[in-house]
Amino acid sequence: MEENKRLVKVPTMAQMAANGEEPEILFWVGCAGAFDDRYKRVTRAFVQILEHVEVKYAVLGTEESCTGDPAKRAGNEFLFQMQALTNIEVLNAYNVKKIVTACPHCFNTIKNEYPDLGGNYEVIHHSTFLQQLINEGKVHVQGGEAFKGKRITYHDSCYLGRANDIYEAPREVLAALDADLVEMKRSRANGLCCGAGGAQMWKEPEPGRKDINIERTEEALATLGTGNSVIATACPFCMVMMSDGVKNKEQEENVKVFDIAELIAQAEGLSK
Amino acid sequence: MAIGLENIIFLLVAALGIGLFVWQISRIRKNVLMGRDLVLADNPSERLNKVLLVAFGQQKMFKRMIPAVLHLFVYIGFLVINIEVIEILIDGIFGTHRILGFAGVLYSGLMAINEILALLVIVACAIFLWRRNVKKVPRLAYGVEMRAWPELDANIILVTEIVLMLALFAFNISDLKLAQLQGHQVAGSFPVSHFFVNALGSDPETLHVIGRVGWWFHILGILAFMNYLPSSKHFHIIMAFPNVYFSKLLPKGKFTTNPAITHEIKAMLDPAYQPPAPETDADGNPILQRFGAKDVEDLTWKQLMDSYTCTECGRCTAVCPANITGKLLSPRKIVMDTRDRMEEKGEHPAIFAPNHYKELGIDRVPVTEENTLLRGYVTPEELWACTTCNACVEACPVNIDQLSTIMDLRRFLVLEESAAPAALNAMFSNIENNGAPWAFSPSDRFNWAEDLYVPSKN
Repeated sequence: MEENKRLVKVPTMAQMAANGEEPEILFWVGCAGAFDDRYKRVTRAFVQILEHVEVKYAVLGTEESCTGDPAKRAGNEFLFQMQALTNIEVLNAYNVKKIVTACPHCFNTIKNEYPDLGGNYEVIHHSTFLQQLINEGKVHVQGGEAFKGKRITYHDSCYLGRANDIYEAPREVLAALDADLVEMKRSRANGLCCGAGGAQMWKEPEPGRKDINIERTEEALATLGTGNSVIATACPFCMVMMSDGVKNKEQEENVKVFDIAELIAQAEGLSK
Repeated sequence: MAIGLENIIFLLVAALGIGLFVWQISRIRKNVLMGRDLVLADNPSERLNKVLLVAFGQQKMFKRMIPAVLHLFVYIGFLVINIEVIEILIDGIFGTHRILGFAGVLYSGLMAINEILALLVIVACAIFLWRRNVKKVPRLAYGVEMRAWPELDANIILVTEIVLMLALFAFNISDLKLAQLQGHQVAGSFPVSHFFVNALGSDPETLHVIGRVGWWFHILGILAFMNYLPSSKHFHIIMAFPNVYFSKLLPKGKFTTNPAITHEIKAMLDPAYQPPAPETDADGNPILQRFGAKDVEDLTWKQLMDSYTCTECGRCTAVCPANITGKLLSPRKIVMDTRDRMEEKGEHPAIFAPNHYKELGIDRVPVTEENTLLRGYVTPEELWACTTCNACVEACPVNIDQLSTIMDLRRFLVLEESAAPAALNAMFSNIENNGAPWAFSPSDRFNWAEDLYVPSKN
């Protein structure tokens, strides 16, 4: 099947600028998307979708740096602003207007906190972007793996949900798969955090009875029941926490954790 | 109409009660103004809309249906029965009897609704007492912050409300029976008292005394209750309205940005940058503000107002992922601690019982002897357990922003004391050195794009 594939050359802002071009969107990859082995697959799936729908996009490549979100949530306002001001300088130099990212933390920070520091962009989370592609008929979700009737539960990311009131976009993306979408008891505005927010991702939990991701995974497993099923996430940290939870419960054979972009890429036959 | 000694006594007592209340409010106002300045004057129409929906409309209460309905009875009962209180006040001052009785059908309707509501208030408060003391609903009965005073306070309020309603009934029943004995009609309609018309006997003298005692008890009860409010979680019946008006209108994920830090960084990056002159106090001395919050005066007045609005319902704590999994963090505790510390440091209302964790020997809370909100009340262990998930903020029926206080305390630990957990310090240096919170080389940042294929379109 090698002859039916083409190698993707991911365009950078620097190349675009050198050619006197401006992309329609900047895809902000984020640190997890660039370095975390599991989440790199999400980044690649999302780029496959971008290539597939032939949108004019670019990435910053090695010019990208942490948005400063983990520092900000950990209370290090100084480091956050250092990162933010440096990033804003880069973004403004490239005259960036529209940013899409697969990370709710990057999304929240750039959208809500960069404007105070001189960075004003239209920022879209990939769940909203994917929803638009589906609504516009650019992605048909056919030709690849079929999800019809498969049990999927969506775990709300705090920084997408409560922080920015985005509850429906990821669900509408999943609805396009024609799967059996089941809701956990704690969902949408009442969703339970995966346990990684607020810089918890980088530290051990404080003393307690249980880890938060275990509590949440138990809820997801109880909702999904037995049989092959999927926990869908839309955030790199939720992805790590839920995957670890499923592993801890020794359910990795039955329950897979996927980002919504991966599910769409699979359904569209892009990541065969 | 006859103004006698009783009316003069009433007038004096009422004036005293209201005066004491105003004095207490002025002390609380002073406490709230200990906080940092913050201008919240934007979008008045959106703010009013929030007051209508969240405060008057009880919108967020309905996340939990059963307590919401019971609370609605008490809330509407409070609002409507207060119309009768106006009458009681007028009758008390001028020696009239049911002065609003001239309104005929309207008055009958009001009295009938009042009686039904009063009954519902009694039922609701009895269920609330049962939930707290017998069923022991976890968010109401447990938690390190639910010490002696918060527990007693809740029961005092519920019992008082029941007694006040019973006094109202005693007053109505005696009035009805007296009228019956004298063969004339009482203005108004009393569907509940009607059933109990013979409950208090039929001796006119006794009935008259019961009626007067019921009346006096009700009005004195209200005056006492009003003056109890500032010392109580029940203060929310007043504070809910301004607190919701001043709630955060921005996305919950947007945390505050400190402009002083922006100036510092800009000056660091560009030596030519001229930061604005620091704000000065009345004597022309620059006002130096701590980064983050160590004590109550480092918080904004809104954050301090939050803690006077809290009714300790524990909905925030019940949805907190850290608390659910057994961590020490309880958003309600942060809010209650802020109020306790504020009243310890500033003014305090008539009844003040701080309930120190150390004095109570609550070992689970490792507070120190430090005389500040941070460490003296709120410990780093709690602050570092927060995932900033905003579940507490979402859950609060009166729009308290627990997270903003947690974040400001965290900021002090990091910015002023460099006291972050070691793992977070490692994360900070990764960001500084590699531009990522993990120890990866920035030159590898684009490696993910290698060997990526898509199906070619023919």
